[in-house]
Amino acid sequence: MIMNAALPAAERLADLIQRTPYIQLLGVRMELAGDEMTAILPYSEALIGNPGLPALHGGVLGAFLEMTALAQLFVMTQTDRQPRTVGVTVEYLRSGRPMDTYARAQVKRIGSRIANVYAEAWQETRAEPITCLHGRFLMAPPAENGPSERNHEAASEMQSGSSPVQALAAT
Amino acid sequence: MLTILKDMGSEALQASPQARALGFTLVALDRAEATVRCPYRPELVGDVETGVVAGGVVTTLLDHTCGHAVLAALDVFRVIATLDLRIDYLRAAEPGLDILAYAQCYKLTRSVAFVRAVAFDRDRDDPVATVQATFMLDSSRPSRPARSASKVTAKSDGEQPV
Repeated sequence: MIMNAALPAAERLADLIQRTPYIQLLGVRMELAGDEMTAILPYSEALIGNPGLPALHGGVLGAFLEMTALAQLFVMTQTDRQPRTVGVTVEYLRSGRPMDTYARAQVKRIGSRIANVYAEAWQETRAEPITCLHGRFLMAPPAENGPSERNHEAASEMQSGSSPVQALAAT
Repeated sequence: MLTILKDMGSEALQASPQARALGFTLVALDRAEATVRCPYRPELVGDVETGVVAGGVVTTLLDHTCGHAVLAALDVFRVIATLDLRIDYLRAAEPGLDILAYAQCYKLTRSVAFVRAVAFDRDRDDPVATVQATFMLDSSRPSRPARSASKVTAKSDGEQPV
């Protein structure tokens, strides 16, 4: 996807959001101001984990932060192949109330293979985060070299024909 | 708690809107152990190039299954909340396959439950992801009125108040 990589970061980000089913499912939006991105998780009843409190599902908040970290990496790098998540550590600081949630990620280091990213989610008060995440990501090899990761390759085969993105990437 | 949870089966999971949205079903339940299934759906894909389900879905499944294992370890209902999750993604889940999670609560203290779990698609011994988690017991906020024992059964899915 060299063609797409030449596009401005905002357009590449919009494209990523539009074509990623799980981002669409959660209804996440992302806004870019310069190189700083803010992700927004609009409240919906389906995001509730515990209806008694009620509180947002911890898994959703973890997912939202992982998504934010991946998207921040995506806008900072010139490849449209997504990094793979090696691991995440998620800490829950406060209950996620039934309202919109925001998140920002800081890329602490991008190496040739591994990137370390910290992300934080908050609701009403930026200084009172509800959840934070430390993520470790395996950077995708440059697209010119073709897919070298076994899992990517196997998965792409199973998915072939259904992805215009992949068709472009193959050219 | 185990008897109540067994009687409720998947219903206990489905009390949580997010678990219902993802279609979680209970596969097996034992003392301090739970196995939960997340059916494959194209909407859960996180990378269209590969067709692999988003890591975040696995996070939610693992968190939920861990919480259920904690409840299955308790003698009486207590409100619980995730303190932290440490997840390793060992390999990509195979596109098209359901993902299952098996969790075991291996230690309960007065305030904290310790849990480990694996997510897998074909074989529990070949996991997609592993997690180490801790949960706070009696995590309900002081502002909330105390829950009476008679309400306990209806609220048995209180494991996700993060």
